[in-house]
Amino acid sequence: MAIKKFAVAAYDDEEVLFPAVKKVRHSGYKIHDVYTPFAVHGLDEELGLKETDLHIAGFIYGLCGTCTAVGFISWIYTGDWPINYGGKPHFALPAWIPITFELTVLFAAVGMTMTMCYLNQIMPGVKKHVFHPRQSDDMFVMAIELNNHTNEADVLAFLKATGAKDVNIQTAEAGWWYGRWDKKEKYEALNAL
Amino acid sequence: MHLKYESFVREPLVDGDKNYHQISEDIISPIERKPGRMWYVGFIFSVLLLSFGVFSVSWSVYWGLGTWGVNRTIGWGWDITNFVWWIGIGHAGTLISAILLLFRQGWRTGVNRAAEAMTIFAVMCAGQFPIWHMGRVWDGFWVLPLPNSRGPLWPNFDSPLLWDVFAISTYFTVSLLFWYSGLIPDFSLIRDRAKTKFRKMAYGIASFGWTGTAKNWQRMEALALVLAGLSTPLVLSVHTIVSFDFATSVIPGWHTTIFPPYFVAGAVFSGFAMVNTLLVVTRKILHLEEYITIGHLEAMNKIIVLTGSIVGVAYLTELFISWYSQSWGEMAAFQWRIMGPYWWAYWAMMTCNVVSPQLFWVKKLRRNIPFTFVMSIVVNIGMWFERFVIIVTSTYRDWIPGSWSYYSPQWPEVGFYLGTFGLFFTCYFLFAKYCPVVAVAEIKFILKTSGDNYKKGMEKIDNMSTEEFVHVVHTHHEEEGHEVLAAPQH
Repeated sequence: MAIKKFAVAAYDDEEVLFPAVKKVRHSGYKIHDVYTPFAVHGLDEELGLKETDLHIAGFIYGLCGTCTAVGFISWIYTGDWPINYGGKPHFALPAWIPITFELTVLFAAVGMTMTMCYLNQIMPGVKKHVFHPRQSDDMFVMAIELNNHTNEADVLAFLKATGAKDVNIQTAEAGWWYGRWDKKEKYEALNAL
Repeated sequence: MHLKYESFVREPLVDGDKNYHQISEDIISPIERKPGRMWYVGFIFSVLLLSFGVFSVSWSVYWGLGTWGVNRTIGWGWDITNFVWWIGIGHAGTLISAILLLFRQGWRTGVNRAAEAMTIFAVMCAGQFPIWHMGRVWDGFWVLPLPNSRGPLWPNFDSPLLWDVFAISTYFTVSLLFWYSGLIPDFSLIRDRAKTKFRKMAYGIASFGWTGTAKNWQRMEALALVLAGLSTPLVLSVHTIVSFDFATSVIPGWHTTIFPPYFVAGAVFSGFAMVNTLLVVTRKILHLEEYITIGHLEAMNKIIVLTGSIVGVAYLTELFISWYSQSWGEMAAFQWRIMGPYWWAYWAMMTCNVVSPQLFWVKKLRRNIPFTFVMSIVVNIGMWFERFVIIVTSTYRDWIPGSWSYYSPQWPEVGFYLGTFGLFFTCYFLFAKYCPVVAVAEIKFILKTSGDNYKKGMEKIDNMSTEEFVHVVHTHHEEEGHEVLAAPQH
């Protein structure tokens, strides 16, 4: 929830983007983020991002599903109201496998999707600043955080030298907020765009 | 640096020398245009069918299931036939998205979005049948394990009919999540391109505020991989559980262990045929032939001939075992299937499912669009007859000859079935108008390895010798300061 100043560079080719990211990181500038229209493999390593642990969360949710199913059904059939169904044993684990499996998958899928949305900070109603109108189309956009001591002209020249097609300075909200995408935000008036 | 090399033998998956912007343009502009006349005609016709379905179902609920043709001993007729038919169709979407993702098949990207949408709509249609065939639908909540004042009386967890409830609900939910999570980045594209206020607001909400940061994509891919891994056994289990509705009984023709693989193969078979039906029309009308290429349709036809052959082998196995078992009930059931009062249904099934898909061994026919379309309809007709034959020809003559009867559907059952077509196509027309029919982000991902122009560019590399190639890559990487990726020593 903070309005910051960013230097934005837009590249049109992944093969130019990768060396550019490397140079920017080596030069000491802080990369806020890189926005791409599709998943670019190797970019997260290039940016030094950790591997995600989302699959571990998925596994734990699945385990909850299994325990819920087996626990609940076995309590009903052995404790609460055991019924004689065609002479079958009360603890009929083989018969419960389909439901147990389904609940495992259900809990894992729903839990993992909700966790992914929570971690990525996405939800209906969430609004974020879009740095370049073509970042979801065909441009790879890198946003660098600037502070009061940065020489803007230097940064822009440096980014241009790495091969960016489009460079500019933007003042924008760094995080997310609840808002409508068709309305303009107050901070947009701060930009000369 | 794209070190991933795709063989020249493989056809390009994206024709026409596209770049990323053109992909967005081609796939999203139909959404931004006003709908054409064909869309209105199709949509209104679907809504009319749906209305007739609503009327038929209301009639059935109000007057009771006595208005249907089901009677003793044929407890299930068109209702469960249609249920299994729709669920079977739904399985192709998950298979294309999930199993082909795990097998790293790039060609899934042209067809997966439409196929997954088809799955969700098919499961919605399928779910109507178990609900409305209850008769006393107002007591329908009894199947749910909720605490109640009737004991508390719990549902029968040992029964496949209840396993179905869990399986179908889970399948619907997981398919919906998989489909929607893939749609989020594409909705963000439409949102960013949107010029009108309403479209920007609506797609802004639909896109969940997605912006496409590297970490976001990393998590999205992890989710897609795990959902694919979960969905694959889910597909197999759901139709297996549906087959258990029959296989766990004691009726000749139903009580057989071949049903789980037979049903799953049949589901994939009919599902791929329905995907073909939809895509042949969609690609023509939306001008997406360069993304849903003949190669894609051919690949699906290959799967159709494979699964059709499995289904054919299953039919022959059933016939053989009915004789080999020397069980008089089993032998009688199959003799009547071939020669009894329902022989016409059995032979329709055999012709459509066993004989006709074999034509897809011929390459020219596999790549022929009108033939593919006609064949996809024939396959689905055949699969409908398969479920009809299984259900009705095993129940209309069971243990006591004095109870033998005959089943004919009444108009509310036919209306119900037509209504589900209405529901399916209404949803599909809305999907084709408001959502990208092809997975934009995924196509962009494979463009540089499988696009037409990029594959042509690989010709130079193709003609290099191994030493030359390694030398070029090695030097190129050192210049850029990358780590050398597994370059063999000279």
